[in-house]
Formats: sequence, C-alpha cells, structure tokens
Amino acid sequence: MGKITAPPYRNDREAIGSQKANRSGGGVTAPPPPDASPNLEKFNFMTTSLNEAIGWARKFSIFQYPFVTACCGMEYMATACSHYDVDRFGAGFPRFSPRQSDVLFVVGTISHKMGPVLKKVFEQMCEPKWVVAFGVCTCTGGFYDNYATVMGIDTIIPVDVYIPGCPPRPENVMDGLMKLQAKIQAQKQEI
Amino acid sequence: MTLAEQIKSRFPNLVLEAVENRGDQVIVIKKEGIKNIAATLKNDPVFGFNMLMDLAAVDYLHWEEKAFRFEVIYNLFSLLKNQRLFIKALVKETEPEIDSVAAVWPAADWYEREVWDMFGIRFKGHPNLKRILMYEEFKGHPLKKDYPYNKRQPLVGPVN
Repeated sequence: MGKITAPPYRNDREAIGSQKANRSGGGVTAPPPPDASPNLEKFNFMTTSLNEAIGWARKFSIFQYPFVTACCGMEYMATACSHYDVDRFGAGFPRFSPRQSDVLFVVGTISHKMGPVLKKVFEQMCEPKWVVAFGVCTCTGGFYDNYATVMGIDTIIPVDVYIPGCPPRPENVMDGLMKLQAKIQAQKQEI
Repeated sequence: MTLAEQIKSRFPNLVLEAVENRGDQVIVIKKEGIKNIAATLKNDPVFGFNMLMDLAAVDYLHWEEKAFRFEVIYNLFSLLKNQRLFIKALVKETEPEIDSVAAVWPAADWYEREVWDMFGIRFKGHPNLKRILMYEEFKGHPLKKDYPYNKRQPLVGPVN
C-alpha cells in the first residue's frame, strides 16, 4: 500500500508573491521575502460607504408578499411572469409568508372587513420593510365610495410607493418597482 | 293556462297575483305561504323546480304605490321542464320576517344569510342565521334605503 500524502499547502500570498517575482524580470531582482505585504491590486477590491452597499444589496433582493384580494391580481401575475421578467429588479421571488418578505404588495380592493388582516400581516413583517399600493383601489379607494371599502390603505398602514391604474399596466408596475428601488437605495439603511 | 296561473289555481288564498312579464312567469304571494308553496313546487313532478337559482330582496322604501316595504324574490329553475319562475313574497316593514326555505333548497342557506345581512329580514327556522358578508361588529344593514350612504364603520383606521 502506498503512503497517502497530503497535497502541498499552497498559500495564496506566497503564490501571488512568486508570480510577481516571476514577472519582474528574470532573476535580476531578488524574490521578495515571504512576509512582504501582498500586491492588493490583484484582488480587485473597491471602496464604498456601508450605507450605499447595503442599499444596493437590498434594492436587488425585493422579496415580495403579494397581498392579492381582487382583479388587480391578474395584472400582478402578468407582470410577475417571465414576459416582463421582474427578476431583473431582484423582485422575482414572491414569499407567501410575511416573516420572510421585505415588500408588501397590496394588490386589490381592501374592505373594512379585510383591514385588520392587512394590518396584522404588515406587523408580522420584519424590518426593514416597505409597502407598495398596487392599483387605484389601494391608493385611494378608487371608484368605490361605500360602506364596505377602505378609502386607501394609507389610512391603515404606511405606504412607500403608489402605483395607480385600474389595473396598472405592467410597465407602470415596473416604473413603481424602480421608484421603490431608488427609494431603498437612497434611504438610511437601518442594520 | 300559464304556469303562474296554474300555481294560483293550486293556492288561491296564498297567491295574490300571477302575471307573465316579457316571457317570465311571476307570482306574488303572501309571505305566510312561502314554505308550503316552495315545498310543492320542488316536490310535485308537475312543477319540478328542483333548483333555487337566486334569492334576493328589494327595499321599496320611497315607493308610494307599494303597500309593503320589502319583497323577497325567489328565482327558481326546473331542470326537468327547463322553465323558470319568480316568486315575490311581500314583507312588511314592521314585521321583517319570513319562513326559511333552507330545508327545501339547501342552497337558500347562504342566500338567506346575505338577505339578512344586507336588508335585516329575519328567516324563521334558518339553521345558522348570522352575517355572511359584513363583519359581526357592523351595525345596521347597508342595503336598506335608510342606511346613510356615507356612513362608515371601519374596524381599524379613521372613519373616512
């Protein structure tokens, strides 16, 4: 039986150091000592503020909770499918649990009977969280003005982006999505 | 003899009117007769109205010519004979109550709850007469003509 030997340990710093040595002209200069500082330009790093970096990460990972109650839901489905590809904005992954989602999409008319449910779902979401009012019924109540309908969900929960329309076209929805992204990027990131 | 007239001749004391309106057979009845008439219309093979298509109510609050404020309207269909019938039962404002037909057509269960919810007409003998659309905290019956059109009763948030 042959003896099993571990592969030789390869230190990245050493490797970078030796590449530098090989490239720097055929043994004219002496190779650098092993404890010399590595050549950082090889790592392709950049600097930014933490706030910007977290904003960038958050705006491209919009896990949405579709709170679909009415006909706008069909338009939401049309937008969320591959034809319009909202995954470009990192919003292609709906979560059906408020605890796993970042953005509450309120899609469709909210009745007074539904109001407490919406409030509870919003309260179950973890910070940071945003709310999108999708369709004119959620924005203002729309053409409903009666005993049953909430006149805009902003009477119940705070809203970040309003997407009007009855129903809004997918282009309109994506415009709202990009406005939400801009808002997420620009705000102070709570950690 | 039209279908409505046939029914009137069967129940001369309960059916007030039998008319044909643009091809629809309509009978107007006293509300005391609804249970008896409904059971006959369903079980007698001469009629065979085995399907309750709809059950609704109308509030004639500001109609001078109407002696009764409410009409409960039953929309029947006979799968055997392929014919339809409308029954209008007259209900007074002072006594908003009528016998339930949920025992005859089980489909009437939720329709009667809806009529109770929207118009406040009670159905005697209904197995579970409670609100079906509005929430339990809601006061009043919103489709009655004297319910204020701008009255709001939100559970959360301001009264807008």
